[in-house]
Amino acid sequence: MQLDRIRNFSIVAHIDHGKSTLADRILELTETVPQREMREQVLDSMELERERGITIKAQAVRVVWRGHQLNLIDTPGHVDFTYEVSRALQACEGALLLVDAAQGIQAQTLANAYLAIENDLEVVPVVNKIDLPQADPEGTASDVAGLVGEAPERVVRISAKTGEAIAEVLDAVVERIPPPRGDPAAPARALVFDSAYDQYRGVVAFVRMVDGRFRTRERLRAMAAGTRFEAEELGFFSPLRQPTEGLDAGEVGYVVTGLKDVSRLRVGDTITGEANPATQPLPGYKDVKPTVFAGLYPTDSDDYPALRDALERLKLNDASLFYEPETSQALGFGFRCGFLGLLHMEIVRERLEREFDLDLLVTAPNVAYRVVTHTGDELEVHSPADMPREFERVEEPYIRATTIVPKEYVGTVMELNNDRRGRFHHMEYLSEERVLLAYDLPLADVVYDYYDQLKSRTKGYASFDYDVIGFEPGDLVRLDVLLAGEPVDALSLVVHRTGAYSRGKALVERLKEEIPRQLFDVAVQAAIGSRIVARETIKAKRKDVLAKCYGGDITRKRKLLERQKKGKKRMKQVGAVEVPQEAFLAVLKLDEGKK
Amino acid sequence: MRRVGAIRHLYVHVPFCAHRCGYCDFVTLVGRREEHAGYVDALLRELEFERELLGERVETIFVGGGTPTFLAPGELVRLLAALPAAEEVTVEANPETVTPRLAASLRDSGVTRVSLGAQSFQPHLLAVLERRARADDVRRAFYHLRDASFDNISLDLIYGIPGQGTSDLKRDLAETLALAPDHVSCYELEAKPGTRFTHAHGAELAQQAEAMEGYFEQVVDTLVGAGYRWYETANFCRGGRVARHNLAYWLGRDYLGLGIGAVSTVGPERWRNTPKLGAYVRALAAGSPPPRELEPLDPWTRGRERLMLGLRLDEAVPLAEVAGVLDEPALARLERLGLAERGTDSIALTRRGRFLGGGVTAELMAETPAKTTIAS
Repeated sequence: MQLDRIRNFSIVAHIDHGKSTLADRILELTETVPQREMREQVLDSMELERERGITIKAQAVRVVWRGHQLNLIDTPGHVDFTYEVSRALQACEGALLLVDAAQGIQAQTLANAYLAIENDLEVVPVVNKIDLPQADPEGTASDVAGLVGEAPERVVRISAKTGEAIAEVLDAVVERIPPPRGDPAAPARALVFDSAYDQYRGVVAFVRMVDGRFRTRERLRAMAAGTRFEAEELGFFSPLRQPTEGLDAGEVGYVVTGLKDVSRLRVGDTITGEANPATQPLPGYKDVKPTVFAGLYPTDSDDYPALRDALERLKLNDASLFYEPETSQALGFGFRCGFLGLLHMEIVRERLEREFDLDLLVTAPNVAYRVVTHTGDELEVHSPADMPREFERVEEPYIRATTIVPKEYVGTVMELNNDRRGRFHHMEYLSEERVLLAYDLPLADVVYDYYDQLKSRTKGYASFDYDVIGFEPGDLVRLDVLLAGEPVDALSLVVHRTGAYSRGKALVERLKEEIPRQLFDVAVQAAIGSRIVARETIKAKRKDVLAKCYGGDITRKRKLLERQKKGKKRMKQVGAVEVPQEAFLAVLKLDEGKK
Repeated sequence: MRRVGAIRHLYVHVPFCAHRCGYCDFVTLVGRREEHAGYVDALLRELEFERELLGERVETIFVGGGTPTFLAPGELVRLLAALPAAEEVTVEANPETVTPRLAASLRDSGVTRVSLGAQSFQPHLLAVLERRARADDVRRAFYHLRDASFDNISLDLIYGIPGQGTSDLKRDLAETLALAPDHVSCYELEAKPGTRFTHAHGAELAQQAEAMEGYFEQVVDTLVGAGYRWYETANFCRGGRVARHNLAYWLGRDYLGLGIGAVSTVGPERWRNTPKLGAYVRALAAGSPPPRELEPLDPWTRGRERLMLGLRLDEAVPLAEVAGVLDEPALARLERLGLAERGTDSIALTRRGRFLGGGVTAELMAETPAKTTIAS
């Protein structure tokens, strides 16, 4: 296909603004899925699946519209996958910026619009849901036009639900989005904008051919990872799998690699041919690092191997998931897992519980810290328990948080951000009613119940998005909890020095409630280094006897005592202190709100 | 398998009561006067059936209930007359059943000790417990027994009764001491979940549970202060008048139990008779032993029981009897906490350890049998 007959585009939108409905209408209008054939194809596909075909979901769909090949590239829906979104956008020359006519511009609309503009994409603004009674197509069109620097009359007004004006959208794609630039004669280069793991075929890479051409069975190489493999199959989705002999410059398609590990072919990498390799990879590859960490423990310790297997399998499909075994005094054997963000964490947890039927304990999330020790060593710390008690300095990740709220909530959001050590960046009136607030915030202060607070304080009207902007030094301290004089790993926290006292106090008070009285007084202390900052005492029990023990029915008494002993066994022995598991979880869930 | 002639402790269960108290969880039957004679017949048959187990010299007999003194007078006398002679013969009595005649009849029947179920002297608490006796009945019964020259009388008290306060308990203890009984059993009220009583008093019981440790200290302090020996977790005596029958249980001795629901422990076996009166009486009338639930006791289990029961006493437990079931590191830890003490060849709990006896014992019991064989 000639380059000027190809258009590559994405649809970017805030959640629920109608992205998938629009995609469905496009498939219908372009007759990519005629009803009758659809059924056959689906059946074929099931057959194929039985014959070990590809079982993964299409990440890019090819349609034909008025003699042009249009490749619609799907973008991951969430803020935590900004990097993946930006790679997907890099595979395109244009984007449809879809905005709900009733809801107007939202935080993700903005984030995605900026991302598209940063990637030099032609942005085609589209206002959706104009059929809704509460829709304000003109107002929304004017806001969106302002956002992307277009004339309001160039905003396409549609209803994906009713199918109104879908042809106009496709015409705009052909007319306004430029064809791909690239050199069909140059050494082959393809950008990996997504990848998935197929249980029979291994890693399937979704690529945008930039230069040159790939042929089936050609030897290929991932330039950043250095991974070599054969193009076992090339093709595209329309929307079902269509194998082809080759992929040409400007086209979008898939490569079946046969690789057994997604981490060997990461999003953002450049694939080139082994025979005639390119010298320069495509720009912008970044090794994405997890920023949020949490411990995952099976509720039932017998499930540890099942959890390990589940993580292994998830990792095949999610290269950004990081995990390593971790042992906690309190919770036993589990894994410390790293995530791209809180929602990534939620997704992983949900998948583990739903797809793998595991019952999990998830500890309070924490961020990654960069620590420089007195001896000058640099450490990356993923768990408070690994944080040295003394160090030269420590850096923590910061985010730029963008919040869009109705103007009456501006004060509320500012107050919340100030509470969370936020630094004001800028404020902007997007319209008379809607205000954008940008703050730089330590991620550590966002991972604790920030979303919930934001949601409840703005009655759900705020939309939120963020980008990690880097690491900054912080006045952070490790707060330890000591039970009867012994530090307890699972209860350590890294906190800002100014909040350390109140946090320590809240912690020991909570523990006092959670830990049952023992045979002796138990001191519960919070300490920073060797300095005790809070203390409570769990007074010893004064009585613990089986009252009646006469008559011949000794068996029953013995069983009572044996049950008591079993109850003890369920507790975690921390030094001499018996601590119920719930105490650890309650404390791990202790949030700023308890202050 | 049967150890002929070795048992020196006999328990006889008389299940009948005039009324079933709300908190009671013993095997009891209300009324059934017409069945008393048949039941005594069955008891005596069971005694005959098991007599070979009893030793030449029976040390203690305990006739408990129910309310043994609720038996038709002639039946109680007939039962007592048929029992072997023993050094200590205890009969449980409810205060309202004790008349001068009954006291004399017990005396004449060879009874040496009476355990009087007072429970409380406070009218409102007795009402909550659904006891028939009033405070006056308790005192009157006590004097009738003394008049019949009983020099070994035990009073049962219960604390933690819904509606009870510290001052109520103080009055109960004072009333008890005023009578100067030879022995006092003082039990925490245990309301079983799901019973009518628990249902009726749920919230109050929860409040009492919180006050319980204060009550226990109050009981021990008051009675010990008055010169009683706190010889078992819930039992006090003066003048050396320990309950020898109960002591036999606590020392891990074998015993034979007769009657419905009665338990016997004989060497490596424990059995429990059917709690059903009809089945019990029918079987014995037909010349067979009553239906029984049998529980084998291995040396490990007996060792654990020995430890559990022995540590309730104020006298040390010989290490030789419990060495195999003892968690040594736990013992060392508890010693450091001042809860247990190891002598040269015995272990005992300290005063504070005895207040925490349940938890301490649970810690001291080893998880699994030690490798060395346990002497049985």
